[in-house]
Amino acid sequence: MSLPAFAELLERLLFTPGRNAKLALLRRWFATQPDPDRGVGLAAIAGDLAFSTAKPSLVRDLVATRIDPVLLAWSHDYVGDLAETVALIWPEPPARPNRAPPDLSEVVETLELLPRSEIPARLAEWLDVLDPGGRLALIKLVTGGLRVGASGRLARQALAEWSGQPVEEIEEVWHGVPPPYLPLFAWLEGRGPRPDPRDAPVFRSPMLAQPLEAPDLAALDHAAFRAEWKWDGVRVQAAAGPGGRRLWSRTGEDMSGAFPEVLEAMDFHAVVDGELLVIRDGVVAPFADLQQRLNRKVVGPKMLRDYPVGLRLYDLLFEAGEDLRPLPFDARRDRLEAWFARTHPARMDLSPQVAFASVEQLTGLREGARAAGIEGLMLKRGDAPYLAGRPKGLWWKWKRAPLAVDAVLMYAQRGHGKRSSTYSDYTFGLWRADREGGQELVPVGKAYSGYTDQELVWLDRWIRNHTTARFGPVREVEKALVLEVVFDAAQLSSRHKSGVAMRFPRISRLRPDKPAAEADRLETLMAMVESSENNLS
Amino acid sequence: MAAPHPESWIRITPEGLYCEPGDFHIDPALPVPRAIISHGHSDHARPGHGAVLATPETLAIMTARLGEGRAGESQLPLRYHEPLVQKGVRLTLVPAGHVLGSAQVVLEWEGSRLVVSGDYKRQPDPTCAPFEPVPCDVFVTEATFALPVFRHPPAEQEMRRLLESVALFPERAHLVGCYALGKCQRLIAVLRQAGWDRPLYLHGAQASMCALYERFGIGLGDLRPVPRPQKRGETVLPGEIVLAPPSAEASPWARRLADPVTALASGWMRVRQRAKARGVELPLIVSDHADWDHLLATIAEVGAPEVWVTHGREEALIHALAARGVRGRALHLLGRDEDETADDVATPEDSEAAA
Repeated sequence: MSLPAFAELLERLLFTPGRNAKLALLRRWFATQPDPDRGVGLAAIAGDLAFSTAKPSLVRDLVATRIDPVLLAWSHDYVGDLAETVALIWPEPPARPNRAPPDLSEVVETLELLPRSEIPARLAEWLDVLDPGGRLALIKLVTGGLRVGASGRLARQALAEWSGQPVEEIEEVWHGVPPPYLPLFAWLEGRGPRPDPRDAPVFRSPMLAQPLEAPDLAALDHAAFRAEWKWDGVRVQAAAGPGGRRLWSRTGEDMSGAFPEVLEAMDFHAVVDGELLVIRDGVVAPFADLQQRLNRKVVGPKMLRDYPVGLRLYDLLFEAGEDLRPLPFDARRDRLEAWFARTHPARMDLSPQVAFASVEQLTGLREGARAAGIEGLMLKRGDAPYLAGRPKGLWWKWKRAPLAVDAVLMYAQRGHGKRSSTYSDYTFGLWRADREGGQELVPVGKAYSGYTDQELVWLDRWIRNHTTARFGPVREVEKALVLEVVFDAAQLSSRHKSGVAMRFPRISRLRPDKPAAEADRLETLMAMVESSENNLS
Repeated sequence: MAAPHPESWIRITPEGLYCEPGDFHIDPALPVPRAIISHGHSDHARPGHGAVLATPETLAIMTARLGEGRAGESQLPLRYHEPLVQKGVRLTLVPAGHVLGSAQVVLEWEGSRLVVSGDYKRQPDPTCAPFEPVPCDVFVTEATFALPVFRHPPAEQEMRRLLESVALFPERAHLVGCYALGKCQRLIAVLRQAGWDRPLYLHGAQASMCALYERFGIGLGDLRPVPRPQKRGETVLPGEIVLAPPSAEASPWARRLADPVTALASGWMRVRQRAKARGVELPLIVSDHADWDHLLATIAEVGAPEVWVTHGREEALIHALAARGVRGRALHLLGRDEDETADDVATPEDSEAAA
């Protein structure tokens, strides 16, 4: 199959808002496209394709030979995206050449084999036979960065649904098979054996915890469980060995490039499970600091210095080649401690176990957990093996009680997809003194969850009836409705006008009974900002 | 004696283009004693003028939209190609291909000729007479889509994409946002040509203009209002096509439709980020304006050594014309809509009465 089919897939993925619809599109792609093109398309979507020869500057230089530079600059200005500008502006030959558009695999092979100097001419030949959608797909393929709202994780989920194999199995094999994944497709279609990743680092689906609700707590056999702090960072899996080193998010996205110092420290042959945190002198910094390090392709020395990252270890999944996952948690913990004492990798420490003798004591610990970097408690059964997914009753996460403020609704925005006719995203504010001796509302956060369907209908109607101004999809409303907002933590933030950012804010209650003037003040929220002191002991 | 340059007898006033010897305005933005109106869109056809001259179709459209008595104190219908002389200025209306009744205004005075094209397109449109190029000394053009990234595919191709989507999602309604005047009727006519003979469902804002088109002999087939659900929480019209003003998608009215695929028909849909930002699921590139290639081709065809640009991306068009040896001049006319996806008529967004 050729590039136009891939272009159509990208087009549909981009404009389809729903996850299920995207999965359906991907399943259809796997079912209908031949090898190796379906694998090339998959690699492009999963971000596994990279060419050293074709850079955005090459595309820019190529189009500059065909288009008036002034018109090109204005067009780029208008469209915003260079790849799309070039796709739209490329002058079509008066008669489209009588050649078939290239196959995906042909594009990939050519880019890998052709000398750099010959690539522009070949690119131009391809662009001449494609329509705008095909041109965009080609340019995106060549320069990387599809941005069509589909991740590698989503693609693997679609592979699982299409083939009937569990997604965990696919995750394990995935990183050991390079594009276009022919052995993977052969296995998924029952035409070949399960690919053996051997020494290559492969991602293992992590074990996840269920939220602990009141009935679960009442039924908890506390003696069977071990407690740890739930650290507020990014859960990762680190694998290192003779075949290489990798750092993955819990959804299997490769994060190795963003954390070179962690990779450097992974001087061992093992697979560990832990939490990525910004740690300064042993003290965990607020999540906002770690955010500075996420989603970066290149990390400069200043980033490395100002936001030093470490790994707090929870679990040991493999030691050398030995799979420890079938062992009970207690046995794995012993192995982890022994292994750590021996290897002592830099930038890593153990997540300490928290001793407790009763549920009451545990409750007290959770309520006292107010330090930055702690989200709550984790409870793990001592006899539980490490199982992929979210098995019931083995691991619990018990987040600390949320904080709450009464805030005033300021702006509302329409949602997406099924909520596109409903004002479902709310910006709310708190009072502070203004410069003229009066009071003003300053926006402190935005929430789009927490309310019931009935409350959503009520809010939507209230907003439509109390609109004072409109800016595109946003409405400003009368400052008259109080919302009770709960959130997990408050952190200082220079990026917010109010100087403070909330973590996971959501609407817990509507308070139409409360006068807006009696809503909380900014100082109340400021007092909730946690110190970065790590008062664990 | 050489013919006078049009600059000496056509002026830009706060109201808009003004023909001095003939003492009338063309598409004025403010009320004037005598107005010539190129077509019925609200940014060209405004209320409150004294005498209004336009094609019979445009006068009917103005009256329907502005209300009886607001579309000029007196109305003077003038058919295409029938010249009229006003104080020595010869005036002819020539089809512009934009919407039903749309006209270029051809003005001749003492041997010089100026053509005010109004809004126009060169693509075929079954609901209006096609644009006719008229050679002239000065061509006055719009520049709504004057960037080389804008090339409109054939409307037939875009309507095929709509029908493919309907086939792909038979359980969902397709809500197509489109201008109530011109775009809506063109889409319907092209859908009919493509063989879609099922009923088409209309938002209240679209229905009256369709009825007017039918009175002028443009057959649009079986058109129906969008039904109300029988029960609370029920949705209607899976597998059907609904045409509505662009803003209707965001209004409570749209909730009655079965999980609608939101489509929007506009030349701006060519730019994906623009479509994406509006939350459009199925962008349809259909425009009643000339695209970049057609703007340049039209200007070459009328052969005018000088082009005046009323509104849009005038800087890009003037830059491109300079490279072709044509003198361009930006008029910066006020009050013209830039955004083809803005609603042409006010729709009572929050009111169920709009249905």
